[in-house]
Amino acid sequence: MMERRSSRWSDIDWIIVSLYGILVLMGWFNIYAATFNEEHQSIFDISQLYGKQMLWIATSCFLAWVILMLDPRFFSRLAYPIYGFCIFLLIAVLVVGTEIKGAKSWFTFGGFSFQPSEIAKFGTSLALTFYLSTLGKRFSGLLTRLKAMLILILPAALILLQPDTGSVLVYASFIFVMYREGLSGNILLIGLGGAVLFVVALLLNTTTIELPYDIVLPGQTMMVVVIGLICLVLYAQFKKIKQVKWVILGSFLVITGYIFAVNYAFNNILQKHQQARINELLGIESDPTGAGYNVHQSMIAIGSGGGFGKGFLQGTQTKYDFVPEQSTDFIFCTVGEEWGFIGTFTVIFLFVYLLFRIIIVAERQRSKFSRIYGYCVASIFFFHLAINVGMTIGLAPVIGIPLPFFSYGGSSLWSFTILLFTFIKMDSERMHILR
Amino acid sequence: MNPFNNRRYVVLGIFLTVSLIFLGRLFYIQVIDDSYKLSAKNQALRYVTQYPVRGLIYDRNNELLVYNEAAYDLMVIPKRIKRLDTLAFCNLLGITDSAFDEKIAKSTSYSRFKASVFEKQIPADEWATISEKLYKFSGFFGEKRTLRKYPKSAAAHVLGYISEATPGDLKKDSYYQKGDYVGKRGLEKEYEKRLRGVRGRKVLLVDVHNRAKGSYMNGKYDTLPIAGENLISTIDRELQMYGEQLMRNKRGSIVAIEPSTGEILSMVSSPGYDPNLLVGRPRSKNYKMLQANDSLNPLFNRSINAMYRPGSIFKLVESLVALDEGVITTETRFRCNRGIIGCHGSHTNDDLVPAIQHSCNPYFWNVFKRLVQRGKYSSIFKDAAYGLNLWQERVKKFGLGVQLKTDLPGLKKGNVPDVAFYNRWYGEYRWAFSTIYSVSIGEGEMLVVPIQMANLAATIANRGYFYEPHLIKSIGADSVKRPEFTIRNETEVDPEYFDPVIEAMYKVVNEDGGTARRARMDSIEVCGKTGTVQNEPWPDHSVFIAFAPRENPKIAIAVYVEYSDFGGTWAAPISSLMIEKYLTGEVKRPEKEKRILDAVFLDIYDGKKEQ
Ligand SMILES: [Zn+2]
Repeated sequence: MMERRSSRWSDIDWIIVSLYGILVLMGWFNIYAATFNEEHQSIFDISQLYGKQMLWIATSCFLAWVILMLDPRFFSRLAYPIYGFCIFLLIAVLVVGTEIKGAKSWFTFGGFSFQPSEIAKFGTSLALTFYLSTLGKRFSGLLTRLKAMLILILPAALILLQPDTGSVLVYASFIFVMYREGLSGNILLIGLGGAVLFVVALLLNTTTIELPYDIVLPGQTMMVVVIGLICLVLYAQFKKIKQVKWVILGSFLVITGYIFAVNYAFNNILQKHQQARINELLGIESDPTGAGYNVHQSMIAIGSGGGFGKGFLQGTQTKYDFVPEQSTDFIFCTVGEEWGFIGTFTVIFLFVYLLFRIIIVAERQRSKFSRIYGYCVASIFFFHLAINVGMTIGLAPVIGIPLPFFSYGGSSLWSFTILLFTFIKMDSERMHILR
Repeated sequence: MNPFNNRRYVVLGIFLTVSLIFLGRLFYIQVIDDSYKLSAKNQALRYVTQYPVRGLIYDRNNELLVYNEAAYDLMVIPKRIKRLDTLAFCNLLGITDSAFDEKIAKSTSYSRFKASVFEKQIPADEWATISEKLYKFSGFFGEKRTLRKYPKSAAAHVLGYISEATPGDLKKDSYYQKGDYVGKRGLEKEYEKRLRGVRGRKVLLVDVHNRAKGSYMNGKYDTLPIAGENLISTIDRELQMYGEQLMRNKRGSIVAIEPSTGEILSMVSSPGYDPNLLVGRPRSKNYKMLQANDSLNPLFNRSINAMYRPGSIFKLVESLVALDEGVITTETRFRCNRGIIGCHGSHTNDDLVPAIQHSCNPYFWNVFKRLVQRGKYSSIFKDAAYGLNLWQERVKKFGLGVQLKTDLPGLKKGNVPDVAFYNRWYGEYRWAFSTIYSVSIGEGEMLVVPIQMANLAATIANRGYFYEPHLIKSIGADSVKRPEFTIRNETEVDPEYFDPVIEAMYKVVNEDGGTARRARMDSIEVCGKTGTVQNEPWPDHSVFIAFAPRENPKIAIAVYVEYSDFGGTWAAPISSLMIEKYLTGEVKRPEKEKRILDAVFLDIYDGKKEQ
C-alpha cells in the first residue's frame, strides 16, 4: 500500500485548466458585448449582467480551489449522499420553488436565485460513476441496466415536473458513458434509428398519399404498410433461419407501435410552442415571426458577422434586441456577429479541444471511477454544446439550455466549474491511487 | 485489456463529426450565403408593427356605432438621437422644454436601444405637419395607430371601450404586446378576439440616420395585418339615442327587446357618458373624472349590473306559475283584506284579471301562500321548503335568478330566493310562508336586473318562451350569430294561461282605473304592468314592463326609474314614448315628451323624503 499524500500543483492537468480559463474569460467579454450599457461602461459594474458574471467567475474560482484542496476520496465516498441531496433539492424546488417563465425551477433568496437542476447533473454523474465503477468488467444483465437507468430517470423525472425539458434532455448524454462502459453498441444505433423514425413519422404526420383508384392514405398508414411489405420480403428471403418469423413480427409491431407513440406524444404531451418549434425545425411549417422568430433572428445575427465579424461591441443585431435571450441561451449569436467565422471557429475549436483533452485524460486513469466520471463530464459538455449551438444555427430545436461558460448565470457556471474541477482533482491524484 | 477500450474512438468520432457539421454550417451562413448579411455600413433592421384595423360595429339598420380614425404614435429610440435641435423639436410638437426632458428620461429608462412611445395618439391632421419635418430629428419616427370614434353619442355602456394592455393582459394572452389596445368593457371586451384582427409586421432596412431604405429581403419576412371582423348589432341607433335622451337627468335603465328573436333594440343606462370622452389623449383625464363621480356612477351599466326588487311586475310571474301549478284558476277570488299587507284602490273581492289590473297585494299574498304551503307535509316548515323549491324552479325558467347568456361581460343574475337561501338566513325548518311572504309582491329578497325584466316582458309577449337577449346579430363577413342565441328557452307554462295575464296587462294600460293609463296610445295596443318599489326613506323606484302591439308583438320593454315615485307616473310614459318611436318612427305627442325631458330625479337622492 502506498501512503496517500496530497497531490502537488504540478500534478494538475494545466491544459484543461487553461482551456477553462480562456473559455470563461471569452464568455465574460461576450456577455459584456451582448448587454453593453453605455451608461455603465465598466465591465466591473455589478449593477449590470457583466459585473454580476464577474462575481460568478470569482466565486467559481474559489469553488475550484476548494475542490482541489479536498481529500480525493471525498467524491467516491460521498457520491450517493451528494446524489441524495440533489434529489432532495429537486423535490424541494417543486414545493417551495419560484416559477419563472412557467417552470418551477428556481430557489430564490432575496435577489439571489439558484437552479438545482444544474447541480443535479453533478450529483447524478457521481452516483452513476460510483455505481458503474463497482460493477465487474461487463456492463450487462437486465437488473444492472435497470439500476443504472433508475439513477438517471429519478432526477430527470423530477426536472420534467418543473417542467424544464432542456435540462431533462441533458440526461440522454449519459448514454455515451454507458456505451463506453460496455452497454451494447446497438443502443446508439437504436437511438439513431429511433430519431430517424421520429422525424419521418412527424414529416408524414401531415401528409397524405394518393394511390390509384382514388385511395387516399394518411402518410403514417402508408409508412406502416411499406414497413409491413419490407418485413414480408425479408421473411420470404430468410425464412429458412429458425425463429426469424418471430423476430420480424416483433420488430414490425415495435416499430408500428413506436410510430403511433410518436404521434401521440407529439400531439398530447408536447406543449403548443414545442410542437411549433419542432415543426419549424423540420420545415413542416415556417413562420419567421412566430415559432421561427428566435432562430431566424439568431441566424441573421450570426450570418451578418461574416468571416471576420463586426468587431467588439459593434454588433447591431444582438444589441438592438432583435435576438431574444441574447445573454443566456442565444449568447453564441454575439460571438457570431462580432467575431465572425473566426470567432465561432475558435470557440468550437476550444470546446472540441477541451472535450478531446477530457477523454484523453480520462483514458489515462488507473481508477475506473475517475475514468467513468471523465466521460460523464465530457458527455454533459458535449450535449450542451451540441444543443445550444445547434439551436442558434437552426440544426437543433429551440431548447433552453446554456452554453457552458458563455451563457450568463451563476448556477450553470458554478455547476460546470464543479463538474470540471472535480475531474481535474481526480486526475491529479491518479498516481497515488492503486488499481 | 478492456474489450471496450476502442470505444473511445467512437465517442471521439461522434464529438468530432457533430463539431464539423456545425463548422460547415457556420461557414455556410457566415461566409458563403449572403442572404443573412446586412450591408457592412452599420445598417440595422427596423420592425414596424402593422396594426390591423379593428372591426367596426354597426346598428341593426347599418348605421355606424363605432369606427376607426387614424392617429399616430411618435416613437423614439433614445440611442439614435443625434444633435437634436430641442427648441425646434419642442415647437414642432407644441410641448415645453421640461415636458420634453421628462419624456426623454422616461423613454431612456425603458430602453436606450428599443423604441418606445414619446407622444401618443397624435391626430392625423397634426401629424401631417409633424411628419414633414421629422426627418430632421433622427431617433424619432411615427407609428400609425387607430382610435375608436363614435359618430353619435350612443350606447356607451353597451359598446364599452378599449384601452392599453395592462401587464395582466400581456400575461394572460401572449398575443398582446406592450402598447396594444384591448377591449376592456362591453362589446369591445366580449368580442375582443373577433374585433382585434391579427397584427402584421414590416421589416425595413434603415441607415445610420434611421431613415428607411426599403424593405428587407423584398418583403420576404413581412406579414400583412388582417383586419378585425365587423359586427352588426341588434341595437337601433335612433331608438337608443331617443331612450338616452328620455332618461337624461334620471337614474335608471331602459331595455327593449324584439320578442320574436331576443334581439336587444336598445339598452340605456342613465346617467351615461359620451363614448368619445374615452378616446385619444384626453382619455385618462376623462376616465378619472367619470370614475370620481361616485354618486351617479356613469360608468356603471345599470341594465345588466343593477339589481332591483321587481315590485308588482313580479305578480305576472306569480299568476302564470300559480295557474300552471293548478293552485288557482282564473275564477279564483280572494278578499282584499288589508290587515297583513296593504293595498290601494277601491276593490274588495277580485278574481285574477282584475287582481292583476289593480295590483291587489292581498290577492297575491294568497296566491303565493297556496304556492308555498301545498299541504304535502303536516309540518308547515317542511311543507314550505317543499313548496318554495317547486316555486323557485318554475320562476327560474323565466330567466330570473339565473345569468342570461347575453353577450356582455359581467351580467348579474339577480336573486330568486330558494330553500338553501332561507336555510342560510333563518336555519333549516325555521321558516315558513309567514316568514317570507313579502316575496309574493316582488319585495323582500327578490332581486332582478333590468334586462331580466325586459326579457320577462318578451316572454309574456311570446306566450311562454324567450330567446337569450343579445346585442350582436351578425359577426364578420360570414354573418355568424352565436348559436346559443337561436335556442328557444321554454317556461313550460301552458300558452293558454297567458291569455288572462295579457288581458289584464292590456287593461292596466287601456282601461279606466288601470295603473298605467299614461302609457296608452290610440294607435297602438300596449300591454303592460307597473311596479313601485318601496325604498324608505327615499322616494320609490318606478318600474314598468310592457310589450306592443298586443297581437304579434314587435317590442318588449322594461323601464326602471330610480327614486321617481309611482311606476305609472314616469316609467309607463317613458315606455310608451319608446314604443311609439320604434313602431311608428316618430313621436307625435310633444307635450308628453316634454314632461319626461323636463323631469329631474337626480337631486332627490341627496335628501331624504319628507315624512
Ligand atoms: Zn287589493
